[in-house]
Amino acid sequence: MSETAAARRPKVFGLVRRLPEHLTIWLPLLLAAGHIVSFSLWTLWVSFTPSTLLPEFGWVGLHNYTAVLATRNWRIAFDNLLLFGSAFVVLSLLTGLGLAILLDQRIRGENVLRSIFLYPMAVSFVVTGTVWSWLLNPGVGVQKFVNDFGWMSFRFDWLINRDMAIWTIVMAAVWQSAGFGMALFLAGLRSVDTDLIKAAQIDGAGPFRLYRRVILPTLWPITVTVVVIQLQFAITTFDLVRALTGGGPGIATLLPALVVYDFMFQRGLLGRGAAAAVLMLLTLLAVLLPYAAWRHVQARQAARA
Amino acid sequence: MSALTVRDVTKQFGSAEVLTGINLDIASGEFTVLVGPSGCGKSTLLNIIAGLERQTTGTIEIGGRVVNDVPPKDRDIAMVFQSYALYPSMTVRQNITFGMECRNVPRAQRNEAVARVAKLLQIEAMLDRKPAQLSGGQRQRVAMGRALVRDPLLFLFDEPLSNLDAQLRTEMRMEIKQLHQRLGSTIVYVTHDQIEAMTLATRIAVMRQGVVLQFDDPETVYNRPANLFVARFMGAPPMNTLSARLEATSDGTVAVIGGGETVIRFPVPAAAASWIGRQVVLGIRPECIAEPTRYFGDAPGATVMIAALVEVIEPTGAETIVVLRIGDERALARVSPDLHYRLGETARFAADTRKINLFDPETGDRIA
Ligand SMILES: Nc1ncnc2c1ncn2[C@@H]1O[C@H](COP(=O)(O)OP(=O)(O)O)[C@@H](O)[C@H]1O
Ligand SMILES: [Mg+2]
Repeated sequence: MSETAAARRPKVFGLVRRLPEHLTIWLPLLLAAGHIVSFSLWTLWVSFTPSTLLPEFGWVGLHNYTAVLATRNWRIAFDNLLLFGSAFVVLSLLTGLGLAILLDQRIRGENVLRSIFLYPMAVSFVVTGTVWSWLLNPGVGVQKFVNDFGWMSFRFDWLINRDMAIWTIVMAAVWQSAGFGMALFLAGLRSVDTDLIKAAQIDGAGPFRLYRRVILPTLWPITVTVVVIQLQFAITTFDLVRALTGGGPGIATLLPALVVYDFMFQRGLLGRGAAAAVLMLLTLLAVLLPYAAWRHVQARQAARA
Repeated sequence: MSALTVRDVTKQFGSAEVLTGINLDIASGEFTVLVGPSGCGKSTLLNIIAGLERQTTGTIEIGGRVVNDVPPKDRDIAMVFQSYALYPSMTVRQNITFGMECRNVPRAQRNEAVARVAKLLQIEAMLDRKPAQLSGGQRQRVAMGRALVRDPLLFLFDEPLSNLDAQLRTEMRMEIKQLHQRLGSTIVYVTHDQIEAMTLATRIAVMRQGVVLQFDDPETVYNRPANLFVARFMGAPPMNTLSARLEATSDGTVAVIGGGETVIRFPVPAAAASWIGRQVVLGIRPECIAEPTRYFGDAPGATVMIAALVEVIEPTGAETIVVLRIGDERALARVSPDLHYRLGETARFAADTRKINLFDPETGDRIA
């Protein structure tokens, strides 16, 4: 009797003693999760209602969806997303990998360089967008700088060029997030078994073959992770475009998140905006669900090995 | 012909001297084992021989050619690593042929070589699998295959068996020995396991803290260790080391251990005569102390009867280890499992005195 009481007491005490710890972890998590889930559900509901300026009850079925999908804005935004998303992911992956391989040569000043490459991640997208919009503005930025040096015919006006403006967003986004890929790849390169590299040296593999056949193949799980994280960033991009081009010139750099914003807060079409938001969510899920499944399979395999 | 010569090699990592004045001369066809506790510099020495690491001073010659400035791939060596170091993204076949691929060997020739090695190591069935799909023992075989396919002047093994479980390790040890006997290859093999060293080597280099303490055939290393460290490192259970005083008697020089009633006198070699009247460390292997009926040979005076207190009894099945008290010290004896000693009794044992070694208590070096 007294034994069980003695055994139970420390458990209860432990719980009480660790209460602040539990509160600080679980409370914000629950609040955040509740927040996300409830607003997602609310958006989902609104997307099936005839809401305009204010939420309204009623049911219009998939009407909002067909309407959004039929607009030119949405189609352009989605095409832009495909181009921006793939270009951004590929370029930031390659830049990150390149930087990581260079840093992995055990050069002097590695710590400083690593911080420099990682630093852009700490900057808000609004700041990145604004600074790049100055740099790329033909009247004040790079073009003016080169013109002032006397090369008067130099033109660098992608920001105001319908066909090229999307690439300025790619540039800024790569600048901002290549460091992230670099950090992950560098960690991956550093964890390659040194015996593998020795074995390849004895086999006579040159640096190119060493990377291509031996080292890089070990990095592909990291690559998948980086791609997925960059893709979800690409799909939800809003502030960067808003600060850099505002979706322009015209609607040349429109992205889905800007379309949602436009429907909801500029045209007062809450139902349409919500439908567009749900479409974005579906795109996101199309990336994240396979990734989650893949991670699950990997974990199972690791557990079995 | 000398297959490998290591001359005056030293290695420093920063200010730490990891290898000091290493000299080895290894003939073609020899199986040399570098053995020593972990961290003594074995892998570093092997890496220097392979060209994966650069010595601070000294010379490496392979097959009579100075290779100090020759990259690993051109040293005509092959290496097997403790972690196996199989390329995870390649199949077994690709792992084995990667070296030939790098040297642009034609495909037909590569396939022929793989077939030969796969047959030798019985890994034909797994050529198209990835390393992750293999067991530890199979990976080990593939790693050996990758080395064998090169047919090099010199094989380097860095603790190739230490990731295997005990039973598999014994099997693979035997196979490696058979391969060596069959192919007559020259092998430098690193291990911290003295049993591996004894069973495999034609010559053993015992290392400690970057120094080669003794470089001899296994029998010499075991029976006439160069110093106390080698004496205690080689052999399990280790050699008994007891402090003794040398005295001259009419029968020659004797070592006196302990005093009073249980005093023990062992005859020792005449070479130790200059130490008469001084303290020495006497080394006697546990298998040289046994039950009183044990027959050690006909040499007159070789077997001495002693009486000692039984402190611990450890039956192992094949034999029984008895811990004795001799003087103020403990010694191990390996006795027949059929004898049943009692704890705390003073029992009689036979000691084989022909293999006694004497060491300088200050320096630890062998006297006789
Ligand atoms: N790259 C290195 N830099 C600095 N010290 C090293 C390096 N490699 C090995 N050492 C040191 O050299 C010593 C010998 O190492 P090693 O040759 O791996 O020993 P062993 O293989 O005998 O266990 C160890 O003390 C180890 O810490
Ligand atoms: Mg080692």
